[in-house]
Amino acid sequence: MRALSGAPADNCLEDLPLNSVVCISQVPDTESRIKIAADGRHIDETGLKFIVSPYDEFALEEAIRLKEAKGGDVTVVTFGPERAAQALRECLARGATKALHVKGDSNDADSLGIAKVLAAAVKPLPHDVILFGKQGVGTDNSLVGPMVAELLGYPQVNVVTHLEVGEGKLTAHREIEGAEEVIEASMPAVITAQKGLNEPRYASLKGIMAAKKIAIDTKSIADLGLSDGDVLNARVRITKLELPPEKTGGRKVDGADAAAAAREIVKYIREEAKAL
Amino acid sequence: MAGVLVFCEVKEGKLKKVSREALSIGRQLAEQSGGDLVAFANDAAVAADAGKYGAKKLYVAKLDAYLTESFTAALAQVAKDVQPSVLLLGGTSNGRDLAPRVAARLDVGVASDVDQLRFGNGLTGRRPVYSGKAFATFEIASTPAIATTRPNAFPAEEAAGGTDAEVVEVTAAGEWKARVVETKTPEAGELTIAEADIIVSGGRGLKEATNFSLIRDLAHAIGGAVGASRATVDAGWIDHQHQVGQTGRVVSPNLYIAAGVSGAIQHLAGMSSSKHIVAINKDPEAPIFRIADLGIVGDLFQILPALTEEVKKAKAH
Ligand SMILES: Cc1cc2nc3c(=O)[nH]c(=O)nc-3n(C[C@H](O)[C@H](O)[C@H](O)COP(=O)(O)OP(=O)(O)OC[C@H]3O[C@@H](n4cnc5c(N)ncnc54)[C@H](O)[C@@H]3O)c2cc1C
Ligand SMILES: Nc1ncnc2c1ncn2[C@@H]1O[C@H](COP(=O)(O)O)[C@@H](O)[C@H]1O
Repeated sequence: MRALSGAPADNCLEDLPLNSVVCISQVPDTESRIKIAADGRHIDETGLKFIVSPYDEFALEEAIRLKEAKGGDVTVVTFGPERAAQALRECLARGATKALHVKGDSNDADSLGIAKVLAAAVKPLPHDVILFGKQGVGTDNSLVGPMVAELLGYPQVNVVTHLEVGEGKLTAHREIEGAEEVIEASMPAVITAQKGLNEPRYASLKGIMAAKKIAIDTKSIADLGLSDGDVLNARVRITKLELPPEKTGGRKVDGADAAAAAREIVKYIREEAKAL
Repeated sequence: MAGVLVFCEVKEGKLKKVSREALSIGRQLAEQSGGDLVAFANDAAVAADAGKYGAKKLYVAKLDAYLTESFTAALAQVAKDVQPSVLLLGGTSNGRDLAPRVAARLDVGVASDVDQLRFGNGLTGRRPVYSGKAFATFEIASTPAIATTRPNAFPAEEAAGGTDAEVVEVTAAGEWKARVVETKTPEAGELTIAEADIIVSGGRGLKEATNFSLIRDLAHAIGGAVGASRATVDAGWIDHQHQVGQTGRVVSPNLYIAAGVSGAIQHLAGMSSSKHIVAINKDPEAPIFRIADLGIVGDLFQILPALTEEVKKAKAH
């Protein structure tokens, strides 16, 4: 799968270009107030500001750094409605070299449906590493990356805080409860990015101008050989979306007398939380 | 078979707490679906424990440490053989690594991080979305329907008259494309926030890194884990493992104590489903008070040491 062409003659083997694909989702800004739409199953998108999902930014930054070190392409791919093109533009402005927009109603797709779309979209693209966010902010599923890995038969490393790419294999640090695993995997491989992997850059003015010259490739679900039935509401269906009961706030106590406040807290922990 | 298969994780020869929680809700779903509860693990040592929670059989794969590919092969095979209506996994790092992989292999639906489950005409349940700013009710039509359970959401309750689960050995062969080269365990013995019942969190109000000792002392005295706001993590006062919130961990302990944390929307997103919330902040207008059950308006440098003393006294009784 590694593209041998394009490597300058004086570069030896370890400097082969490395191609990555970054799957990004466009999500409501994390500051947004969520309102439920009239159908009771979706969020109301009016007035919402959309951003590239925060963890996907770590994935993109890592891919751009790999490109800067080794050469190769960084292709950003998204499956989503018209508005998602803006998210791809932002990624191009930061340094992605190509973009593919699979147009469709990703809001009504289940995770495996999205993964099938992405796996089919990524397959013909040159890729040594496919990067995802560890979770799409909003859906909070953490499903799509590993599903794409399974569909393509690749190894995966989830929740990655450090990545090194070698010849035909990579080494990644995976965050687990209270510990860290160092995992070695052959390439192509799927990585899902955790905060701490890097510090994402902002787009430069030059980058924004350069990005305008890159055409975003578009495809439909049908172009990828899939039907709506494979993708939309296929296995998991959201039947209701609701806001949690508004917490009104409990008792507020003046803590000027620290000892009295401490006693008050212990009484609460003992009687209400039953934790002492 | 109808019924429920639960993926169990073993730590030091015992079932992890999330696995016991998953078995407990799994047993209810098995009853609702009119089938048996069975379990999967990589260690036969937990057969008695799984039995206590109502598992009739324990499928044991002779596998060492967790590896995505080998565990996927083994669990997917058992699921194909057993044909359960539901497959549950505790929502740990490994459970959440494995669930999507198995779902894709079986071409079935999966829901992550669920906090309510019921089996009727298929599996229905509820999960927090938008970091807890909303809840989604879902239904999964496929067989099996897969779900990962949110830690602390389902109480662990032993079954009445449970006997040892019958051990059934299964094999998982294949060539794996990834391997674990090393596992680094820092700060041995420190409780992690993911599964803790009690979390004591510190924010920028602590002023500097060394003052996190005030949080650690209280956490230690009360038997809780140390949490942190992103501001303190970004400042390098504490490791990211401790961060609570939208870009940290989403937690729902029984008791959450926040000191010097303002309560930004991204922090609240990670902890507002905690069952009991105590906040200490010197600013009476701090947003954290809007969700606190008990709010103390005062100086954390005075209150935390006093509270640690009071907790120690209470524990001594
Ligand atoms: C995309 C995105 C994701 C984010 N994700 C997260 C996340 O996962 N988790 C998270 O926590 N944040 C997150 N944030 C950051 C969040 O917006 C806040 O900046 C952060 O939570 C603030 O941390 P803090 O409460 O410790 O600090 P501050 O907001 O500075 O609050 C400090 C508080 O301490 C109080 N205080 C000061 N001195 C004392 C004293 N002596 N006694 C008592 N109280 C005192 C002050 O009154 C104040 O309320 C995210 C932001 C963005 C944009
Ligand atoms: N519609 C989509 N298009 C492209 N990538 C996506 C899409 N949905 C999810 N992803 C990727 O999968 C990751 C995990 O998403 P999720 O499984 O929804 O939590 C995200 O961080 C993205 O990298």
